[in-house]
Amino acid sequence: MTAFDAAAGRDDPHRLRHDWQPPVYRQHTLGHASGGLVSKRIITGFGFWIFLLSDIVMFSAFFAAYAVLVGDTAGGPSGRELFNLRNVGFETAFLLLSSFTVGIARIGARAQSDSWYYGAMAATFVLGAAFLSIELREFAGMVARGAGPTRSAFLSAFFTLVGCHGLHITAGLLWLLTMMAQVFAKGYRADILRRILCFNLFWHALDIIWVAIFTVVYLMAVAV
Amino acid sequence: MDADHAGNPDLLPNETKRLKSQSLLRAVAMCCAVIMAPVVLSACKPAVLDPQGLVGLAVRSILIDSVAIMLAIVIPTIAAILAFAWWFRASNARAVYLPDWVYSGRIELVVWSIPLMVIMLLGGVAWIGSHDLDPAKPLSSSAPPVEVQVISMDWKWLFIYPDQGVASVNQLVIPAGAPIRFSLTSASVMNAFFIPQLGSMIYTMNGMTTQLNLQADTPGTLRGLSSQFSGDGFSDMHFKVLVLPQDRFDAWIEAARGAGPTLDPETYAALVKQSANVSPFTYRAAAPGLFRQIVAQKLPPGPGPRSGRPNPSVSPRMEE
Amino acid sequence: MLGKLSWAAIPFNQPVPLIAGSVVILIVLAVITWVVLSGHLPYLWREWITSVDHKRIGVMYMLLGLTMLVRGFVDAIMMRSQQAFAFRAPGYLPPEHYDQIFSAHGTIMIFFSAMPLVIGLMNFVVPLQLGIRDVAFPTLNSVGFWLTATGALLVNISLVVGEFARTGWLPYPPLSELTYSPGVGVDYYLWSLEISGVGTLLAGINLVTTVLKLHAPGMTYSRMPMFCWTTLASNLLIVAAFPILTATLTMLVLDRYFGFHFFTNEAGGNVMMFVNLIWAWGHPEVYILVLPAFGVFSEVVSTFSRKPLFGYRSMVAATMAICILSFMVWLHHFFTMGAGADVNAMFGIASMIIAVPTGVKVFNWLFTMYGGRIVYTTPMLWSIGFMITFVIGGMTGVLLAVPPVDFVLHNSVFLVAHFHNVVIGGVLFGAFAGYSYWFPKAFGFRLHEGWGKAAFWLTFAGFYVVFLPLYTAGLWGMTRRMQHYDVAMWRPFVLIAAIGIVIMACAAGCQLVQLVVSIRRREELRDVTGDPWNGRSLEWATPSPPPAFNFPVLPNIRGEEAYWGMKQRALEQARLGEEPAYADIEMPRNSPTGFICAFFATFMGFALIWHIWWLAGVAAVGAYATFVVFAWRDKDEYIFPAATVARIDRANRSARSAALAARREAAS
Repeated sequence: MTAFDAAAGRDDPHRLRHDWQPPVYRQHTLGHASGGLVSKRIITGFGFWIFLLSDIVMFSAFFAAYAVLVGDTAGGPSGRELFNLRNVGFETAFLLLSSFTVGIARIGARAQSDSWYYGAMAATFVLGAAFLSIELREFAGMVARGAGPTRSAFLSAFFTLVGCHGLHITAGLLWLLTMMAQVFAKGYRADILRRILCFNLFWHALDIIWVAIFTVVYLMAVAV
Repeated sequence: MDADHAGNPDLLPNETKRLKSQSLLRAVAMCCAVIMAPVVLSACKPAVLDPQGLVGLAVRSILIDSVAIMLAIVIPTIAAILAFAWWFRASNARAVYLPDWVYSGRIELVVWSIPLMVIMLLGGVAWIGSHDLDPAKPLSSSAPPVEVQVISMDWKWLFIYPDQGVASVNQLVIPAGAPIRFSLTSASVMNAFFIPQLGSMIYTMNGMTTQLNLQADTPGTLRGLSSQFSGDGFSDMHFKVLVLPQDRFDAWIEAARGAGPTLDPETYAALVKQSANVSPFTYRAAAPGLFRQIVAQKLPPGPGPRSGRPNPSVSPRMEE
Repeated sequence: MLGKLSWAAIPFNQPVPLIAGSVVILIVLAVITWVVLSGHLPYLWREWITSVDHKRIGVMYMLLGLTMLVRGFVDAIMMRSQQAFAFRAPGYLPPEHYDQIFSAHGTIMIFFSAMPLVIGLMNFVVPLQLGIRDVAFPTLNSVGFWLTATGALLVNISLVVGEFARTGWLPYPPLSELTYSPGVGVDYYLWSLEISGVGTLLAGINLVTTVLKLHAPGMTYSRMPMFCWTTLASNLLIVAAFPILTATLTMLVLDRYFGFHFFTNEAGGNVMMFVNLIWAWGHPEVYILVLPAFGVFSEVVSTFSRKPLFGYRSMVAATMAICILSFMVWLHHFFTMGAGADVNAMFGIASMIIAVPTGVKVFNWLFTMYGGRIVYTTPMLWSIGFMITFVIGGMTGVLLAVPPVDFVLHNSVFLVAHFHNVVIGGVLFGAFAGYSYWFPKAFGFRLHEGWGKAAFWLTFAGFYVVFLPLYTAGLWGMTRRMQHYDVAMWRPFVLIAAIGIVIMACAAGCQLVQLVVSIRRREELRDVTGDPWNGRSLEWATPSPPPAFNFPVLPNIRGEEAYWGMKQRALEQARLGEEPAYADIEMPRNSPTGFICAFFATFMGFALIWHIWWLAGVAAVGAYATFVVFAWRDKDEYIFPAATVARIDRANRSARSAALAARREAAS
């Protein structure tokens, strides 16, 4: 029994059915619902990539709205007056580091190492939460200064774009905790490993979107 | 029922085929009647195809030319569809059967290139037409242009004549033969200013100015309307367009200056509240710069509905 | 406690919605009562509601689409009749009601009728044509369907509780902002589309992955049936366009609920941005609808011409060209917003260019018929009717793409006639063609031909009687969405159009009668072999209806038109191919996840509309919890033993052998 077999759950007592027999892999007769040719991991990963692309399109619409409305400050404050680039630097560092730790977590899951998996996931959570707390403090501060999203079209667009990313991070943190709970309950089963793959892709995509945000929103506000 | 018949619908009786051709003829006849009847029934001419100004005339010629160009492809195509569908019916033993014919380079070349060439021709028409008939492009004319500022409201139209200093609600009076330069905005929601017999329409939006240039060549009465849905009173947002000879136009201006209220921020605020089916009237004076103030939103946009059942936040209603 | 909701939200004092709503509620209650009392509920729950089988889900999508088609059609009847009455008169529908009806008509027809119809066809057919057992993500498929149903339910609830949007089917601001539409109507619209938009996106991801990644052995991309290619193009468009809709509607939600300023008149909001964003979604949307219809026609025309599709490769190229070009034309929906001559001209030219691949497709269908032996079954009639009608609609579309022409025809009933021309002539005819073509595969018996043909002819004639007058009235200056009018010249056209709608209502009646008659006479119309039309693609290799696993063994594909090749070999060798070696088949387990998630989504949507915040929160948590529970399950598959697989397949093989023998006898 190799580690791969173990990872595929072939020794898992919870799996499927009591009279489980190793499937006979005859050519073209394997009756698996997925078609028997391409592995579930590839299908799941591909489907999740398509979802991520759709999510990036959604963010593009918010980016477009931001670009259109960036000058419509309605007499209120503009980005240059509001943004604190030091905070943005910390947020970026935390998020980039968390991308690294989430990758470690996946490697740990595939190696079925509890310490690496749980440790790296916890680190990812802490870094993600730190990112969120800086962002929430930034938002609260702006609202307190009368520069909330209802002040002007520019601020509506800013809060929506950056806030949407923050909501995705929040959902990601919830998902992260769920994945830790799943491994705790069920071990490193094949389908759980697929979900960890999807979570990794999600987290990395959020990182890429953050790079676009801090360029288009923060850096371009103070440039020129 | 044996398996062969169940799987071989081409053993349909002749009856059905005859019915099919009868029904086809009936359908075609009905279509012709439908198109011809209104032309015969009414002596009126279609507004868009009966323009009263040079912009409308140019638009009409583009419309007719474009249709003619496309019919050159469409009519043979439809004829071919009917012809092939009929000739290659299963019961026609004389028709050739080519069960393996799935590709022809020559046909590919034709079906890609002919539509492409037609589109290139039409594209040229579109490019030139868009530039010549851009609403914001001033008309070339020897007569001096008349400025009219248009503000769409819920649910009426306000026309300000900045040079003459008067304003009019739900009635547009213009001199014949002179180019009219419209500057348009909205006091509330998006509308579209449209006089079908004069040509192009243009949207009106709050906080923004759009430009339109039209000209009426001969005196008469035309119809104007809004062509962008704007709420419950939308159907009543039509207005009369009186095209008068220059001297009668000047007389109308004089008469307007003699009677009626003045248009200033206060009366404007009263006008901008929601109302429908407003009878035309004029203002004897219009405060200068009013249009610019509306565009800059120094005069706030019109309010929304005040009443509702049970209240506006559930289901708003027009004021009765 | 209950937000804005109160008894006064129910239109007790308005007879029309009150009666309509009561009738619908009574029918729904009667159906549910009958189902429960006759003991069908466990069967329904087990075999349909919790099913993750693409065939079942496809049928449910079609059922949703057809039901909503009736609802949207009733709206159309009300609109035409109101306009017939309302010449210098108020008519029987006051403006606040009429405005809801035309808004609901468009919303329902596009989102809850046309989309489910095409997604239903794609769901049912594509795995069968690809020679596989199910789509890539079966449970997500179910979730997608039930979320779409949630959206439809919310729109229909607005008939009896509160009101629907009164802005038209696309809620342009500032009319749709809180200032000018403070009621619940726009909120009903927004939440039902946000929720069903998630469902549509799931369907899009599913079908893209299925078509690109799951094929029977030997089926390369160039051997896929044309319907699978159009499915791919349509779903790529879904994945790329629907997120724009979600984002734009979210911005409007934020404006209405939190006082943001994306599209308000004050504080720098930009109304033109909404128009651009919504049409950046809106134009791809119409291609999402029409591309699967094109795929249906490719299948139908080639089957009933007894020839392979002409010009397969250029069809594929044309399809993918349409897919890409559809993202470059959106401004033609608002030439009159004043973008300037250069921008208008470029988008006009781009819109015309998209007519080229479309024309190529029409010519390829034409040349598929050329040299064929055409059989005039109902699906073929729909296809020929489509070709004629769509060419006319396309012509008026290219006409409107010339900006100066659009300057006088924008928002007129000429425009209305144009888009109904292409949507009815393209999408609806395609949906009916697909419905009548694949019905025997889904249910095991054909539809009655006579009633089907009557339905076709009445629809075809009725369509022209309604819309040719509207084309003309548009040239007479009549604009759209008018609750009443006073121009005498428009009156004859409006009246003729009203007659046309009666003809179309008779057509709808014929469709209903056809279904009832076909069910009652199903033994006569039984499809014993699974191949009633002498088809060419793989779905006809299965029994009708196919077993849950579709194919006992995945077919080995050797060329284009795999099934046709198999049949020719069988005819030559006077016998079917060898019996395959049967093995156990694993299939995905049913799951109530979709239904339960939609249950919570309905409450969440309703609560958000009426500002019942605590209920919205509870429902959101419930929806999330449903997924967590789903993620916790251990058994996600069940087994079909080899013996069962063998039994099912052997029964089908004997029916086919008998048919083969009978055919050889008839031929000799």
